[in-house]
Amino acid sequence: MNPLSFLGQTLRIAVPYLFAASGGVIAERAGVVSLALEGFMLSGAFGAALGSYYSGNALVGILAGMSAGLLCGMLHAVATVRFRADQVVVGIAINLLVVGVTRFFLQLAFDSSSNSPRIPGLSTAGGGLGNPMIWLAVLCVAATGFLMRNTVLGLRMRAVGEHPQAAVSAGLSVGRLRYVAVALSGVLASLGGVYLALDQHQFTDQMTAGRGFIALAAVIFGRWEPVRAAIACLLFAAAETLQIQLQGAEILPTQFIQMIPYLLTLIGLAGLVGRSAPPAALGRPYEG
Amino acid sequence: MSSAIAAQDIHKHFGPVPANAGASVSVQAGEIHAVVGENGAGKSTLMRILSGMYAPDEGSVQVNGRDVTGWSTREAIEAGVGMVHQHFMLVPTLTVAENVVLGHEPKKGIRLDRATAVQKVNEIAARSRLSVPAEKLVSELTVGEAQRVEIVKTLYRGARILILDEPTAVLSPPEVQDLWQVLRQLRADGGTIVVITHKLDEVMEISDRVTVMRQGRTVTTVNTRETSPAELARAMVGRDVALPARGGGGGGGVGDVALALRGVRVKKRDGTIALDGINLELRRGEILGIAGVEGNGQTELIEVIAGLLQVSGGDLKLFGQTLEGDARSRFDAGIAHVPEDRHYRGLLLEYTVEDNLILGLQHLFTNNGLLRRNAIHQNAVEKVKDFDIRPPRTEGTAGTLSGGNQQKIVIARELTREHSVLLAAQPTRGVDVGAIEAIHTRLRAERAAGKAVLLVSADLNEILALSDRIAVLFRGRIAATLSRDEADQERLGAYMTGAASVGSA
Amino acid sequence: MASPAHTSNWRGRVDETLLPVIIALLSALVIGDVLILSFGQSPADVYKLLIEGSWGNAWGFGQVLFKTTTLIFTGLAVALGLRAGVFNIGAESQLAAGGFMAALIGIMLPAATPALIAILICMLAAMIGGGAVGAVPGVLKARFGAHEVIVTIMMNFVVLALLNYIVATHLHEPETLRTPDVNAGQVWRLSDFWESFHGSAANGVLLIGVVLAALVWFFLFRTRAGFELRAVGLQPAAAEYGGIHVGRVWFTTLTLSGAIAGLGGINYVLGYKGYYEEGFAGGAGFLGIAVALVGRNHPMGVVLAALLFATLSQGGLAIHALVPKDIVDVLQAAVIIAMAVSVPEVRRLLRQRGGRA
Repeated sequence: MNPLSFLGQTLRIAVPYLFAASGGVIAERAGVVSLALEGFMLSGAFGAALGSYYSGNALVGILAGMSAGLLCGMLHAVATVRFRADQVVVGIAINLLVVGVTRFFLQLAFDSSSNSPRIPGLSTAGGGLGNPMIWLAVLCVAATGFLMRNTVLGLRMRAVGEHPQAAVSAGLSVGRLRYVAVALSGVLASLGGVYLALDQHQFTDQMTAGRGFIALAAVIFGRWEPVRAAIACLLFAAAETLQIQLQGAEILPTQFIQMIPYLLTLIGLAGLVGRSAPPAALGRPYEG
Repeated sequence: MSSAIAAQDIHKHFGPVPANAGASVSVQAGEIHAVVGENGAGKSTLMRILSGMYAPDEGSVQVNGRDVTGWSTREAIEAGVGMVHQHFMLVPTLTVAENVVLGHEPKKGIRLDRATAVQKVNEIAARSRLSVPAEKLVSELTVGEAQRVEIVKTLYRGARILILDEPTAVLSPPEVQDLWQVLRQLRADGGTIVVITHKLDEVMEISDRVTVMRQGRTVTTVNTRETSPAELARAMVGRDVALPARGGGGGGGVGDVALALRGVRVKKRDGTIALDGINLELRRGEILGIAGVEGNGQTELIEVIAGLLQVSGGDLKLFGQTLEGDARSRFDAGIAHVPEDRHYRGLLLEYTVEDNLILGLQHLFTNNGLLRRNAIHQNAVEKVKDFDIRPPRTEGTAGTLSGGNQQKIVIARELTREHSVLLAAQPTRGVDVGAIEAIHTRLRAERAAGKAVLLVSADLNEILALSDRIAVLFRGRIAATLSRDEADQERLGAYMTGAASVGSA
Repeated sequence: MASPAHTSNWRGRVDETLLPVIIALLSALVIGDVLILSFGQSPADVYKLLIEGSWGNAWGFGQVLFKTTTLIFTGLAVALGLRAGVFNIGAESQLAAGGFMAALIGIMLPAATPALIAILICMLAAMIGGGAVGAVPGVLKARFGAHEVIVTIMMNFVVLALLNYIVATHLHEPETLRTPDVNAGQVWRLSDFWESFHGSAANGVLLIGVVLAALVWFFLFRTRAGFELRAVGLQPAAAEYGGIHVGRVWFTTLTLSGAIAGLGGINYVLGYKGYYEEGFAGGAGFLGIAVALVGRNHPMGVVLAALLFATLSQGGLAIHALVPKDIVDVLQAAVIIAMAVSVPEVRRLLRQRGGRA
């Protein structure tokens, strides 16, 4: 096995995880549970397919995908922040909603129940790693780390997720900060879907296939730290790569490789690998 | 001197309950002004209105002569009014400097300028002689340090008027002295300070003037130098200055020891010590009152006896038998428990009156695992009648009843439980006057029936009216145990505030 | 003052329970209209077709009943958890585990086993399968304080992958992703008794589901364990005061919830196909959340809500001639979001009005 090709493939597989986990870290640190990452991603993939197909330009596809993610993020934020709806329920519902909406519009736009026609993607010159979105994902992780650790906005979002009353007493608006965090998480996670659609040159029904939940597992396993979450993403992606590259060698059945992210997260939650404490106000609507 | 901050005739309701009903305060620039009153007198609400956290229903607020009624915390901060809350408003996962600058951060572009933040915190700390570790996480601070951070936070925002809500409640005596130093320094620098407290010795020590509140109203404002603790106590407590009629009972009917605590130690969840070697004997036919400023271990004392907390040292014996196990086994052993917070522990507000009347007794109203609905209903009909619970509907939810009637449900349930010991924590809190009398009568009847009653109350009058003996809790220890004849407001107050103590036992 | 206070209280509770449901259904209707119009069809035609295809003929209605059955189980599972204050998102994998265990035992039983005994044994196996999956979040919550939402989601993936592995490598019929047929334990179809249901999958498990709903109601409101379970859900501190072991209740509730979802697996495995196949749960676990939500966590409400969602889902197939059937997925999601939004909102509005009065 070629170590370089292994690393390259790991990185490519990790791209959607890196985007979505970055979004997940931001929303959860601001106190909003991120069960809708899957839906955000899928909306991004579909938006990208629509935009790219009709404009013939992948960049338009990226923008359309991000807009779709923003829209879903805002829906999530309005329901959970403005109306204080249960974040878990809304997250799950958004996942179901996006599956339904994308199927509906797949019919409406492309008259198909399974996939879009071929769409323009991004240049992959330079063999596999030439796709600029790969490097955008890496940049996104760094930017999220910078945002949460070094910026004023990050500081405020962390305060809101940890002790909203303290934030209010400092003159901050819990609602506004959570809106920003959830909208941002929608946009970032949607980029994960955009990457998938452009990489495969089409949208297929439910093409995110649970990747949003792997990203969520990475967020929790990474203890809500952007860089640690990114490392978790790479770890999970490496396991998948191993599985692909060792196909036929049957060292470990596929299904067990698929379980790795979730099992590791469960073990982490049981406190067996250090204590993982979620943001203190996670999941709790703020009663202003 | 002009008035720096003033409130006129403030009214504020939470639901049907008035927290402020005609409260006024006027604080002059450059003074330390104490606001005193019993628990529930409306001090905190009034201060939160001053600092912009609540808007008043009626009345007006002025700052430096400007009408600012209904302003926001942000506006209050901008106008130089800062509040230090009793429960600190600090984010534990952020550093001291980050907490201080939160909301008004020094920036480099979009970046947080940490170096400047730290430098500013250190500057303020040096200027006001508040030592705070600027780069430590707040979760690693001691309580005293955290409070200093709160003060630095308000100073950082340019506060010239500082409101402190019960600032000494959580401090050790040396920390309290440090705090006084800081406040005097701030006053010397031209700051105006409002301190909310119910400890009269503190008022005498630190304040220039005092405003006394009672039942949501302002009673009086006086110069500290021209008053005495006794006079303030009278104003706080109101018309019932003459101590209420003696409980009677005396030593006559007192029997053998029912409950004995030996060297009981209890740790809170965060590892701090709540009870530190409690020795206590409770006899049949007596009411033992526990006096003390809230947060000195009363809650833990009751809960450890009730089996809701476990001891980390010492033991509890009921008629010579060591008490072990959970809440159920304590009930079964004969300990009835009226909890201090009926909404948190004592009742399920969405359960019916009927069902609340069997909480903790459900195993007695069960047959082969099935609830005996008829028996439950019958039980409720009797209790509602006996204890005059109104409205007399057993199927309505408890949440729709008034506070007094909710408390009657708890009392009815606990008194009819088979028991030899009754733990009564704040039995009349938030209860109307009529119901208070009824509850007091019940407690006296308990004593007459030979039960051992442990009464915890923040209301000294209640303690004095009912108890045969009074123990004072201070910082998790019994500061003194007095007979009813030895006890009066002033003596108890001295022990409660740590001004007097009987050795360290 | 007393009497108007409690009548308005009673009315308020009815309002608080039913208003959100009405709001949610109305908003779904509006969204449905918009989508139908965007496809250039008439809403009236589509809704007519939806009803005709589901309730309009015996076969369609049989399919509705079949789908209702699974949703009753998953809806009850979620509702029971919520009554104790725990959110079981794992009904999906519990359902699958239950179905798998039922099939496994059905395969292992000799064909000569008397039907009733075989069914009972398979039912027990299904409950053990689902209960085991539910016990894991129960333990992790009671012992380590791990949040059950995350744990049940992770368990969904782990369990489904594990089942897929077992079936794919050890227990599949050649060229398929299903197990062999069971030897015993098949449940009677409704069409065995009423010829007009011919071809529909509706079967006797429906009866088990309805009986189970009654049992859950009885358990919640008539037994001491139910009294204690609801107390934990409403106010854990008060439950603890009342001598109830909160952690133990969380554990038993999640286990029981898993067992109920697991039992639902027999609807497909024993009532319909006679074997387990990959992916049969098909979202019924997640839809159980919607069912519990709309049914307001009441067993009776759950049965009605299951019927509603099953009708939508079956009717969706019928309207495919006019509009994409996926419109139904959108409507189901819209109902959930509208419920989630209107429950706290209605409560707040009613409290506000009550406070002023």
